[in-house]
Amino acid sequence: MAESLRLALAVAGKDIRAELRSRTALLSAVVFAALVLVVFNFARDPTALAATDLAPSVLWVTFALAAMVALNRAFTIEREHGALDGLLLAPLPRGALFAGKLLANLAFVGTVEAVTLPLFVLFFNVDLWRALPGLIGVTALATIGFVSVGTIFSAMAVRTRFAELMLPVLLLPFMVPPLIGAVQVTSRLLAGRPLSEMLGWLRLLALYDVVFVTLCTMTFSAVVDE
Amino acid sequence: MTGSGSAASSAARALARRGLRISLAALLGLAGVYVLALRFTPVELRQGPAQKIFYLHVPAAWSALIAFSLVGVTSALYLWLHDPRLDRFAASSAEVGVAFSAVMLTTGPIWAKPIWGTWWTWDARLTLTLFLFFLFIGYLALRASVHDPEERARFSAVVGILGMLLVPFIHLSVYLFRTLHPQPVVLKPSAPSLPPEMLRTLLLSTAVFTLLYVGLVTLRYALALAEEARDEAADAA
Amino acid sequence: MPSCDGAPLLDARGLLRSIGRFPVLHYINLTLAPGEALAVAGPNGAGKSTLLRILAGLMRPAAGDVRVLGHALAEGAPQARRAIGLLSHQSLLYDDLTLLENLAFTARLYGLPAPADAARDALAEAGLAARAHDSPRKLSRGLLQRAAIARALLHRPRVLLLDEPFTALDAASADRLRDLLRARLAEGLGLVIVTHNLAEVWDVATRVAVLVGGRWAGEEPVAGPLTAFLPRYREWTGG
Repeated sequence: MAESLRLALAVAGKDIRAELRSRTALLSAVVFAALVLVVFNFARDPTALAATDLAPSVLWVTFALAAMVALNRAFTIEREHGALDGLLLAPLPRGALFAGKLLANLAFVGTVEAVTLPLFVLFFNVDLWRALPGLIGVTALATIGFVSVGTIFSAMAVRTRFAELMLPVLLLPFMVPPLIGAVQVTSRLLAGRPLSEMLGWLRLLALYDVVFVTLCTMTFSAVVDE
Repeated sequence: MTGSGSAASSAARALARRGLRISLAALLGLAGVYVLALRFTPVELRQGPAQKIFYLHVPAAWSALIAFSLVGVTSALYLWLHDPRLDRFAASSAEVGVAFSAVMLTTGPIWAKPIWGTWWTWDARLTLTLFLFFLFIGYLALRASVHDPEERARFSAVVGILGMLLVPFIHLSVYLFRTLHPQPVVLKPSAPSLPPEMLRTLLLSTAVFTLLYVGLVTLRYALALAEEARDEAADAA
Repeated sequence: MPSCDGAPLLDARGLLRSIGRFPVLHYINLTLAPGEALAVAGPNGAGKSTLLRILAGLMRPAAGDVRVLGHALAEGAPQARRAIGLLSHQSLLYDDLTLLENLAFTARLYGLPAPADAARDALAEAGLAARAHDSPRKLSRGLLQRAAIARALLHRPRVLLLDEPFTALDAASADRLRDLLRARLAEGLGLVIVTHNLAEVWDVATRVAVLVGGRWAGEEPVAGPLTAFLPRYREWTGG
């Protein structure tokens, strides 16, 4: 177990180091997120809808789309020069490999979300301070689930034709439950509602995480092992 | 190689004939269901003739659900046993499932317009069926874009399993929104609230749709066999 | 580390692998002793790459098993996997990491005690110390091959599998690779070299085996010049 954790951290560390060096995916995902926010602002009728009414949905659609951009690159790095073979050759349990890729992807998507949030506050003029700890919590809860599914799908998508199209087609249905839950919790958080009103949704998000992280870890070997 | 190839394609032909016979029987049964539903089943009091579509909609949903569950089950079995027959069955079931989901998604709004006054609502069960449709499409799109048969089988099995587990989550999360869909009125053991004539028609139609599912999957499976035999012959040449 | 004494380096029994009903490998056996270099030749589509990927543990056989030093090579199986190295025509290196980072990462994957030091030593040994902080992208083909070899041998494997290693190497780099392989053979490393061009490996190989249509067509120790073997090769491959 400790050995698997060490290996997972080594894989994640490698991905993060490589990404920090090239910065292409991270930068494009952040710019993409900012653009989505701007487009959303102009895509609403300001006389009919207040920005704050739309805010939770805008935030989560932006997170989801930016995550998709970040996830698309997760396995391209392993496809160049046969690097994935190098990983599969090593005494590296497939669960540890999946955990490493998942941790790296969570770091990327988390970074994009952390940069997007202040922009969101700025553009949509929402007062977040009171809700911030709760918002961070629900963001983590929702992100873990869909990034987990996204990690396994991106490992498949890089092996297909039209990889950039395949990932969204596969992943979007899986983003629906976490997104619905996250939007519901976020709007209640912003309205200052008590925790008891969010508990059902939080339970659903946590259950989703447990089920899909477990399932993806178990089935990952079927994706990479020939 | 040509010997086993032609053996495979003659097996495919025999299976295709059986599939065709079952499907034709089911289509005949479907004609019977139409007659029974339109002539010999009473008109529902509040909904009027619009309710007749119920005899297509519900059985189509039933078949789509069977198709989808069997994709999930055979996917899980494939990862365990690595038997290509399981993969071929899952692919066939998914394609037939798309057809039944399409029937379900078109008959639903046609019924909803006169009864609910709107073509589409984000009702829990309606939304679920829409996502069932999307999952089937994603599954088939993935299959179409992976060339290696063994890799395709592994990938689609993973999607099949994850998809099967996604369904309850979508249902649960959409259900937490308000739902308009008529509550189950068929097999409540205490007091069946559907009149016996209507129940008879519905059950017959469900049987016919199940038979149609079996027939179409058999046909599709035979087609997959024939395609593989053709590809192998091409590879060997 | 526990190791079964007297077990061959590599022992494959009854390897079967097919695409659909079409067998790519048909119940293949293979053994390899220390200091032995087995050249596997055969026409395109004979199943050479499939065989090598199964021996490397990158592909599961539908039947049969591979034992390395007596340990079954399954998923995980650390003892078996630590004893195997792979050198392919691809470098297995990341362009976005420096050479040093690449090798240190490999060292971590294999659980070597001091990854950074092991990586530095391996680079020095390969004559790449000055390029340690460069990306593999910046290396010439010959230097890149040296880096790939350093990566493949970093964890001191007992068996080295080579997949068309001379592809795209110039004559000087190919000579250097042959020298290095001969030196390692003398130290007891076992080699399996998959090639479509026997001339490239003839003065390294100790045994040659020919794979045709997923079956062994023939096998013999390497003795005498390649030209004396070629008639038999043509007879075995039926061309």
